[in-house]
Amino acid sequence: MPQQLLSRKAACNTHGQDSSYFLGWQEYEKNPYDPKTNPTGIIQMGLAENQLSFDLIESWLESHPDATGLRRDGVLVFRELGLFQDYHGLPEFKKALADFMGESRPNTVKFDPHKLVLTAGATSANETLIFCLAEPGEAFLLPTPYYPGFDRDLKWRTGAEIVPVRCSSSNGFRITKAALEKAHRRARKLHLRVKGVLMTNPSNPLGTTMTRVELDTLIDFVVAKDIHLISDEVYSGTNFDSPGFISVMEAIQGRKNVAHRVHLVYSLSKDLGLPGFRVGAIYSNNETVVAAATKMSSFGLVSSQTQYLLSALLSDKEFRRSYIVENRRRIKERHDLLVRGLERTGISCLNSNAGLFCWVDMRHLLKSNTFDGEMELWKTMVYQVGLNISPGSSCHCDEPGWFRVCFANMSAETLELAIQRLDDFVVSCHGHKVICNSGCRMQSCMPKWILTLPSSDRMLER
Amino acid sequence: MGIPGDEILSRVATGDGHGENTSYFDGWKAYDNDPFHPIHNPNGVIQMGLAENQLCLELMQDWITKNPQASICTKEGVSEFKAIANFQDYHGLPDFRKAIAKFMEKARGGRARFDPERIVMSGGATGAQETIAFCLANPGDAFLIPTPYYPAFDRDFRWRTGVQLLPIRCHSHDNFKITEAELAAAYRKASDSKIRVKGILITNPSNPLGTTMDRETLRTLVRFANEERIHLVCDEIFSGTVFDGPEFVSVAEILQEDPSICDGDLIHIVYSLSKDLGVPGFRVGIIYSYNDAVVSCARRMSSFGLVSTQTQRLLASMLGDDDFTTDLLAESRRRLLHRHRAFTAGLEGVGIRCLKSNAGLFCWMSLKPLLKDATAEGEVKLWRVIVDEVKLNISPGSSFHCTEPGWFRACFANMDEETMETALRRIRTFVRRANEAATAAKTKKRWDTALRLSLPRRLEELTVLTPRLMSPRSPLVQAAT
Repeated sequence: MPQQLLSRKAACNTHGQDSSYFLGWQEYEKNPYDPKTNPTGIIQMGLAENQLSFDLIESWLESHPDATGLRRDGVLVFRELGLFQDYHGLPEFKKALADFMGESRPNTVKFDPHKLVLTAGATSANETLIFCLAEPGEAFLLPTPYYPGFDRDLKWRTGAEIVPVRCSSSNGFRITKAALEKAHRRARKLHLRVKGVLMTNPSNPLGTTMTRVELDTLIDFVVAKDIHLISDEVYSGTNFDSPGFISVMEAIQGRKNVAHRVHLVYSLSKDLGLPGFRVGAIYSNNETVVAAATKMSSFGLVSSQTQYLLSALLSDKEFRRSYIVENRRRIKERHDLLVRGLERTGISCLNSNAGLFCWVDMRHLLKSNTFDGEMELWKTMVYQVGLNISPGSSCHCDEPGWFRVCFANMSAETLELAIQRLDDFVVSCHGHKVICNSGCRMQSCMPKWILTLPSSDRMLER
Repeated sequence: MGIPGDEILSRVATGDGHGENTSYFDGWKAYDNDPFHPIHNPNGVIQMGLAENQLCLELMQDWITKNPQASICTKEGVSEFKAIANFQDYHGLPDFRKAIAKFMEKARGGRARFDPERIVMSGGATGAQETIAFCLANPGDAFLIPTPYYPAFDRDFRWRTGVQLLPIRCHSHDNFKITEAELAAAYRKASDSKIRVKGILITNPSNPLGTTMDRETLRTLVRFANEERIHLVCDEIFSGTVFDGPEFVSVAEILQEDPSICDGDLIHIVYSLSKDLGVPGFRVGIIYSYNDAVVSCARRMSSFGLVSTQTQRLLASMLGDDDFTTDLLAESRRRLLHRHRAFTAGLEGVGIRCLKSNAGLFCWMSLKPLLKDATAEGEVKLWRVIVDEVKLNISPGSSFHCTEPGWFRACFANMDEETMETALRRIRTFVRRANEAATAAKTKKRWDTALRLSLPRRLEELTVLTPRLMSPRSPLVQAAT
């Protein structure tokens, strides 16, 4: 069928889902690990989900029959909810969400529900903001490494461009003024008008929170260039260790000429572990942005049924506070388990204090210090070791050998098993110049076609 | 240094493409400022500009009470909570897709088959229309659309996509049917202007007409699409509201009966549960395409507007209950028929004629006899009187791009019977007074009535009657239909 029958957007690859990364996902789908039915299957470590704290929510549900039974004071509210499609959202829900956001940011910022726009997940929030802030062909600067889904969310239907701000392991991947300026110059060279910077804080895939210095650098930069700053803070509730998380909204307090150009994206998919419910939000002090984004949210509103449930859940102050504390404790515990396990195997991670993953340094395991070498190692991980981890190149990392490894989407036992497999692999390859030979798990060599897959354009889900 | 304000935002954000500065939404504002309530505000504005279906909600409420396991929050269903809350696969829950396919078949009397693998989710039909436009057309391309049409298509199909909508004119003397001549004329006009036509967008059953498309017209459209190699997007959102004959014919049936009539790659259906089930709050939009590449692309785009899995789960269970859906559809139709008859009879009683209709949640009525000027301005003036003095928010035909002044859409399924009676009483009073005034004026001065160039006596009247084009504060408080 001729491609012209469809739009260019339909025919192109900007959605990023044709990348070789998906081999890992597909392989996982074909052979998913299960402790009982498939103990040798692939363990999914490429999925940044938070499965650690569902029981806390479940027990709340069990003790709150009104919210769960769609009742208010005993009266069924199904009818009201079924009809409610006001894009301003359920007021009780926005208030509860604003309170929850404030408490996740150790109460350093008070969020005003009127400045919140509800969207169908952070995916929709990010796309909507770009539609509001950039014309097709204009660009946003993104520090690398970054969440691969941004290639789809920010560029695909909006026609906007991304210009990377290159960060390096030499300083722990911190954002510097020099790197920002370099990226801005590069954009100009490409004749791209820069409309803003988009950062993820806490960072995906690094798992680090931004320092005050970094935040000030970014804010100074956007003011100087008269551009926007979008802060994707979907992991703000996963900050399990010091230093504490500083929201961009805290960082701009007291500064001039800034409030109208700073916008925050949030979601309940990571902190609460509810990605299925599609709850995202934009928060902005810019009234025009709030107004425009609100109208655009018609294309992806949050189900009123879900708003109602979550407004009850999040309005419970006691639940909010105890959940935030316990969730963090469990994330830290799981994080420490992975880090210690990797250390025993001689693998180090970037020092991190947030997120649902570690940014793992496997450079010493590369056959060659190239992205081809990284790809080869990755395929070994998927097919031989049986771990679906995410290669740094899919996150636009400049240096080969870094991998994102998730730890919060599985049981502790499964994580132990994953560490064990990795350990076995490293031990078996110790001293061998060539990885993937005898002594490894699989008997046959990898087929040639795997080694010749293109190494560009990789992407993956958070 | 930069100046805070609109200069740093996109044209999409600062322009009018959202369409909320139109008379369609103006009436809603009037309602928001003064909403009718039988006890607390009996003289308030009655909302008749909102195509909601409130007639069967208590049947669903009943079902939910009797089926606590369908909710993941009740003690009967909470064991599913984790799996459901964690599930974000854009294919959707398999049971949900199966249930939707089954329900779509049932709404079409089993005359069409739907494959669950082709069901793609979206953020309501609003999201579905935008996604389809993104998939099928590039900025600057156009879709042809028969007038009158649902005003928010201007937003859904065009706003962020840059796609154009060009009218296929339909006329009252044809009962607003689409004719081959007008279709060809619209296509030619676009080509002459060097605009690339990528497809046709129809709503069947029609909003605002409330009519179902006859088989012949549908086949004509399908053949035309095939000949010109353009798409046909059929918004069948009201398919479950067909309360009277003739029987609804879905484009799915046309393809099934005669697969050779058209390349299936050109045919796409948009659906939603907002009208048939009356649950717009749940945001369940569906794209059903016969084109594999479109299914694939739309599915990827659905990441921007997936249905909450909590809602998918509830509906999978409800719509999977065969007996329930059979009864629900039958009862819904019965109530709609009853309401439609009562309303149109009430209008006929004061000489107001409605287009003969058999579906939808509204009537398309002609108030031409009440127009002082048979012009678009005349229609707007009459409309303002109806909103401000009669206190009924009905929607003027011009907001639906109707080419003939005097037509109005009045919704009747979003209120109880008493409110409908109140609305009819107000209409009767208004029509009687208007007729009396007309008669009185005729006997006094002939030139004052029905002349194209006649002007209001006082300039102030004109100012008061012109719709205020202001930035909406909250135009969509109730809905986007």
